[in-house]
Amino acid sequence: MTTTTFFLLSLVKCLVVLFILLTAVAYIQLAERKIVGRMQARVGPTRVGPFGLLQPAADAVKFILKEDVTPDGAHKFLYVLAPILAVVLALLSVTVIPVGGTVQLFGVHTALQLTDIDVGLLLILAVTSMGVYGVVLAGWSSNSKYSLLGSLRGGSQMISYELSLGLALIGPIMLAGTLSLRGMVEAQRHLHWFIFPQIVGFFIYLTAAFAETNRIPFDLPEAEGELGAGYHTEYSAMKFAMFFLAEYVNMITVSCVATLVFLGGWMGPLFGPVWLMAILPTLYFLIKVSFFLFLYIWVRGTLPRFRYDQLMSFGWKVLVPLALANVMVTSLVIALK
Amino acid sequence: MVPLSYYLALSAILFCLGVAGFLFKQDIITVFISIELMLNGVNLAFVAFSHALHQVAGNVFVFFVMVVAAAEAAVGLAIIIAVVRNRNTLAVDELSQLGDK
Amino acid sequence: MQLTLFLIFGALAVAGAINLLVQRHPIYSALSLVTVMGALAVEYLLLGAEFIAFVQIIVYAGAIMVLFVFVIMVLNAGEVIDQPRSRIAAFLGLPILTLLAIELISRVYGDFGATTLAMGSPMVQTGPIGQSLFHEFLLPFEVTSVLFLVGVLGAVVLAARREKPQVVAATRQQHDQEKAMAAAQR
Repeated sequence: MTTTTFFLLSLVKCLVVLFILLTAVAYIQLAERKIVGRMQARVGPTRVGPFGLLQPAADAVKFILKEDVTPDGAHKFLYVLAPILAVVLALLSVTVIPVGGTVQLFGVHTALQLTDIDVGLLLILAVTSMGVYGVVLAGWSSNSKYSLLGSLRGGSQMISYELSLGLALIGPIMLAGTLSLRGMVEAQRHLHWFIFPQIVGFFIYLTAAFAETNRIPFDLPEAEGELGAGYHTEYSAMKFAMFFLAEYVNMITVSCVATLVFLGGWMGPLFGPVWLMAILPTLYFLIKVSFFLFLYIWVRGTLPRFRYDQLMSFGWKVLVPLALANVMVTSLVIALK
Repeated sequence: MVPLSYYLALSAILFCLGVAGFLFKQDIITVFISIELMLNGVNLAFVAFSHALHQVAGNVFVFFVMVVAAAEAAVGLAIIIAVVRNRNTLAVDELSQLGDK
Repeated sequence: MQLTLFLIFGALAVAGAINLLVQRHPIYSALSLVTVMGALAVEYLLLGAEFIAFVQIIVYAGAIMVLFVFVIMVLNAGEVIDQPRSRIAAFLGLPILTLLAIELISRVYGDFGATTLAMGSPMVQTGPIGQSLFHEFLLPFEVTSVLFLVGVLGAVVLAARREKPQVVAATRQQHDQEKAMAAAQR
């Protein structure tokens, strides 16, 4: 493949992924409001469009038209940098997520992934590590007590659970023998999904992922009613929308990684005519990712939130030793085989 | 094809800028950050040689340098917190109790 | 193309380092160092060390520098006013430092001017790094784990607040009784 073809193809893939991602984020937000509403014995938004389906468009217009307020005494540069950093990092981790096998489009053979690097999982972990900066800088630069407290708590929560996140992923890495995400899915053919041997690692990963994305039950850093709105208290309009976007894209990324690493990615029974077999893998992938997103929303509607000290002691005293034990047992079993 | 000396020159420049920060800055935290900059310059030299000599040992050594930098940062920042709590200042010149003031 | 990438990210690294020196507030210095580390990670990718590049981001930029930023936040560090210092040192310092840099670079050119490096492919795989870490470098590896343990203990001991436990008596009578008993025991 020539360089120009490669660049053009990558550009097209980037635009498609961006478009799909932004629409998905908008509609996941709507789904969350409706599902949580149903769990609370009420319907969600229904007024805008049929079944409220145009609500995200109304929200987008609202965000664009709102007044952009910058607090007095805020560090201007960091105040603007924090949401940009959050969004850029969130979108960066989507570049290595494969959604299907290789397809042939217009005579060009290409993988349904923006790029397959040999250390894809390391890139996801790297972006997760850098995500702490978005939270910490947002809170500090806002020059407000609620923001500072929220960001300190959020930052320390994120770096604590990042450790068990990485450790939980080591089990599947050892089983697959590769760090590349496409390689991990290929190692799970024929229903050898890694969730079966690594069930403990799966639950550690899920818990740590909930904490990393600052979702209930770990959302004290942005808890309304306790901390104003935590680290994004002083943000309004588009900057707030960017934090929002970053949070949902992070949710999507984490769900995608959970399906790729534990649930076998796009593996599933293939049948039917050729055109169906081309889209079935992607369909399976989407179904599995939707399951995880539904799990996120379900947990949000059901569980209360942890107190900060409970959260930190759980992360360090329970999850990290459990993850370490998981790594040791997995390596023992692999070595003895 | 980039010559090896370019990478080493970059490493030398970063190291010297780190030395400059270490010697000229007043703020104790910035002095510490300059030390990390020096370590980064050295890491670049290690990786460049590791690639030139086709050996993996350079990469492993960079790993160890990062580990040592992490331990040093943890203890050093704890010392800085303790010192600032006692003296209430971050300026390096004011932290010395030697000599006449 | 490799030369272009090297020059762009090398310039970014040097610009970040100079910004580190020029900025007065420590938070901007810390963030400039994060930029330098990011640029260096790309340089490592050009040199074929993809594992080290991402470990640099995860460990150095994503954990060590976060620690720095946390400490700057917690200590509420601000800009430090420059103290009056020796004029001679200021006039001699920068030229001598430039001389040091020139000397280092000329040595480097003299000794290694001939070697050229290809773009980093094949990339150094993670497997051989792990093998090397656990076979040849096993002792340093175990020593670093002890180093971390000592570092964590040291950090906790140094940064923890010292509070003397105080026994508070409920009433003044109890307080007098306790004092009398303690005095009688001596």
